[in-house]
Amino acid sequence: MNTRQVAKGDRAFFAVSTAAAFITMFLVFGVLIFLSIKSWSTFSAQGTAFVTGSTWDNTTEGGTFQIWPMLVGTVLVSILGLIIAVPASIAVAFFIEYVAPPKVSRIATSLIDLLAALPSVVIGIWGIFVLSPVAATWSQSLSGTLSFIPFFRNEFSNAEGAPFIAAWTIAVMIIPIITSVSREVMGRVDKDLISAATALGSTNFSNMRRIVIPTAKSGILGGILLGLGRALGETVAIFFVLNLVFEVNFFHILEPKGGNVASLIIAKFGEATPEELNALMAAGVVLFILTLVVNMIATSIVQRSEKRMAS
Amino acid sequence: MTITGENIMDAKLQNANIAVLDAESHLEARNIHVWFKDRHVLSDVSLHFPTNSVTALIGPSGCGKSTFLRTLNRMHELIPGAGLAGSIYLDNEDIYAAGVDPVNIRLRVGMVFQKPNPFPTMTIKGNVLAGLRLSNRRTRDEDDLVESCLNRASIWNEVKDRLDAPAGSLSGGQQQRLCIARSLALSPEVLLMDEPCSALDPGSTRRIEETIRELSADMTVVIVTHNMQQAQRVSDQTAFFLAEEGQPGHVVEFGATDNLFSAPNDPRTEDYVNGRFG
Repeated sequence: MNTRQVAKGDRAFFAVSTAAAFITMFLVFGVLIFLSIKSWSTFSAQGTAFVTGSTWDNTTEGGTFQIWPMLVGTVLVSILGLIIAVPASIAVAFFIEYVAPPKVSRIATSLIDLLAALPSVVIGIWGIFVLSPVAATWSQSLSGTLSFIPFFRNEFSNAEGAPFIAAWTIAVMIIPIITSVSREVMGRVDKDLISAATALGSTNFSNMRRIVIPTAKSGILGGILLGLGRALGETVAIFFVLNLVFEVNFFHILEPKGGNVASLIIAKFGEATPEELNALMAAGVVLFILTLVVNMIATSIVQRSEKRMAS
Repeated sequence: MTITGENIMDAKLQNANIAVLDAESHLEARNIHVWFKDRHVLSDVSLHFPTNSVTALIGPSGCGKSTFLRTLNRMHELIPGAGLAGSIYLDNEDIYAAGVDPVNIRLRVGMVFQKPNPFPTMTIKGNVLAGLRLSNRRTRDEDDLVESCLNRASIWNEVKDRLDAPAGSLSGGQQQRLCIARSLALSPEVLLMDEPCSALDPGSTRRIEETIRELSADMTVVIVTHNMQQAQRVSDQTAFFLAEEGQPGHVVEFGATDNLFSAPNDPRTEDYVNGRFG
């Protein structure tokens, strides 16, 4: 009788958890379907130029809505953000897990978690009032000394509002995610391996480079992906610190022109014409697909490296 | 026993009074005391290890033999809360003197652990060369070095056709011999072994014992073991460690292996080597 009750409870739990799993899937597809229906008119009116063109104009009949510069900006700012955040996060994670005394690592861990909990609007305000003026001086010294490299050219008098500064803002937001995932997986590296390496005359830095990172690689990659996911979809903070310009900027990272699909949506949403509203929905669909593709590529990289580890 | 700064000072003072070191000794421990936080776990251990000798450290679990072993290559200090008094001399130089880089000591004093721990992300060859890579050093001919180290660890014939296979594909005994080869690649003067055969089958154990005897032609070996027969088979001299109730571990008896096993001076040694406790 007792076992029967357990079985009954088990069945109920099974039903509830299955339902929850289906609800998650239903929500994801529901959102995608809703956005697709709303944006259908845009896709049919604008055609492929919606993703390949660079004009956003709601004053003409039907309007011209194209988001290529925003897509480029989304990827550019995210990649720059990762370039800053990944080495910093890995170093901080290794420090917390293997170098710092226990008390220091406890404090550092809670500070990092606190940073992860800051709302992005707060980071955005900090980004525009505190970070931007400081980062602008870095930007000016870069463009002053390295302007022969196209990457660091800036033909504008202003340095604020550039992808370079948005990347620092994004880095501040994704460092906590990448750090806490990396710290977690680094902590699971067999301590015997660290001892073995140390007994072979390894330094902390060699331990990190040759033992901990290679062993924890796929987990760290997973953390980087989570960070990338946040970077691709980041809205409010980018809206504050980046100049939204409908002109493609592939690599002039110090010039104050850029964009990002998510911040385009909040920038235009309030005063959008009905056609424009549909176009913003379409931009959402494209962002959704972009994130999905990046995640799929990333997942396959992680799986491949896990398979290589196992064999 | 309560531990105060004075205890440590006493030990230091004793050191200062000790006369010139035995010139024959390659490695020498003088009045080693070890603490973990407030717990005194090892008391006044003085042992000397002549050049190219094999020394076995025996004793029941928890008597501090492994702890002592880890003071010999400065691995002990990596444990949070670990304290030490006394001196270790390697070629008449104190390895704990100010300004001595522990990394350099570990390059000269190699270590093989109880559990085989090859690096799983590296190949067999990569494991042998790991010490060089970790200490950012190079060698002219890697292939020669790999072959000679694997040969000396008597595993070359088993792995020569799959040097690029992952180290995890080897059996436990092979992994342990790979770990020995990995230590040998740095040409250490001293090799410390912490129960290297405890996780292995008798066949693998026998081969590692043969390896130890061969290695002692070129280096000084210190081996912790729970196996009396192994101590008798491989070692020239033996130290018997014991931690009596509530007391820190200490050396009860130290001498030539044959004497210590056939005619021990201390009744506790006799009881232990005859398997009456431990």
